[in-house]
Amino acid sequence: MAGQDCLISNDWICGEYLRTRGQELTDATLQHIGITLASVAIGLLVAFPLALLARRWRAVAGPVLGLTTVLYTVPSLAMFSLLVPFFGLSPAVVITGLVLYSLTILVRNILAGLAAVPEETREAARGMGYGPVRLLFGVELPLALPALMAGLRITTVSTISLTTVGAILHYGGLGNLVYDGMHSYFKAQVLTASVLCVALAVAADLLLLLVQRLLTPWTRAGKKAGKAAGKAKSGPGGGKATGRPAAAEGAL
Amino acid sequence: MGVVERTWTWLATGAHWSGTDGVWHRLGEHLFLTVVCLALSCAIALPVAVLLGHLGKGGALAVNLSNAGRAVPTFAVLVLLLLSPLGTHGSWPTVIALVLFAIPPLLTNAYVGMREVDRDVVEAARGMGMTGRQLIARVELPLAFPLIVTGVRTAAVQVVATTTLAALPGGGGLGRIITAGFRLTDTAQVVAGALLVAVLALLVEGVLVAAERLLDPVRRRTGPVPG
Repeated sequence: MAGQDCLISNDWICGEYLRTRGQELTDATLQHIGITLASVAIGLLVAFPLALLARRWRAVAGPVLGLTTVLYTVPSLAMFSLLVPFFGLSPAVVITGLVLYSLTILVRNILAGLAAVPEETREAARGMGYGPVRLLFGVELPLALPALMAGLRITTVSTISLTTVGAILHYGGLGNLVYDGMHSYFKAQVLTASVLCVALAVAADLLLLLVQRLLTPWTRAGKKAGKAAGKAKSGPGGGKATGRPAAAEGAL
Repeated sequence: MGVVERTWTWLATGAHWSGTDGVWHRLGEHLFLTVVCLALSCAIALPVAVLLGHLGKGGALAVNLSNAGRAVPTFAVLVLLLLSPLGTHGSWPTVIALVLFAIPPLLTNAYVGMREVDRDVVEAARGMGMTGRQLIARVELPLAFPLIVTGVRTAAVQVVATTTLAALPGGGGLGRIITAGFRLTDTAQVVAGALLVAVLALLVEGVLVAAERLLDPVRRRTGPVPG
């Protein structure tokens, strides 16, 4: 009985809310995760070739970087509203908007990562008979991974937070609960959804950090002092770019 | 094509610009919110970042705060503040949410800028007998200036774009034109609103770039590099 009181008195924290609306919360969280995953995956698929094109031809680099920066200044609210005529009221609107935002950071970080690959490394690989494709996927991409992952982490975290704005179309995942709670002054719902959203972002960030560590074992091998020095395999030097997403901010 | 024409017609209609729901009024609200929030967040973030950068402490804090800032949905913060006791105090919920949002890029850039000043230069200045205060004012700040201003620019553009969200809970600013257009399913009005915000963001960016050129202490002292 006592548990019911917090719903009636409209408290911020309410266990009864969690118990009775568990299904609603789960659905919203799943929608949130789905939208984020789709946006980031498509963002990567679009950003990678764009970055390669921009690297190959100077003439492409200017417009690509300029356009993605301009897209970043379009307010999320407007972005989602503007895409409605093309996709109708569907999750595709939110996903497309988020993909467009993700391009700014992803393209820049992939470019920066590829640019940081030492020319000697490239020469060495070419000398060993690596073709352009094998050079890209076997040597350059692994070396660019720290910068790429830093960009991916920023993108994922900001995508999770921006997804909430999709609530205006009712495809905002946890944002839907915030939006509805705002109109009905339902405090517990707003707070619970907000906290879940932040928790989701933190969890995703940690998960990506873990993936990065697993994918780039050599950046840690270097830190273990002289022991690793003898191993010829530990080639890629300077994992210095790792875990410094702040650098991307200056580039914006 | 139809949308472009209708947007133009919407923007060209005088009635859409006057009155409390008009563009001028909303633009004024938007600019007011942007300037107040940017000034407040600069006043809070820059001194802290400059001091931390000078001391070389709290780097992890500066970077992690910036990352954490991205994780917090501004829309949710806005609604949370609105439902709190503060909600009855006019624009305060919006201002606080935007200030919280603008602080991370300011703090991170200013900190990184201060730290990336050439250590040899700092040592030399110290060897010349400069006090900490003189070191900040005459060496570190002028050299860190470009990165600090980049942070301000990033924050300004983000604040202009994000102020739009204030319209969702019924606050002021250009976002209201977008939400109103959305409710009326008037695409032309939505496009017009988005266009106005984008133009404002670019204008603010332009003004800050010009200010950076004019104010850069290093550039001003040495003048343009000859030949």
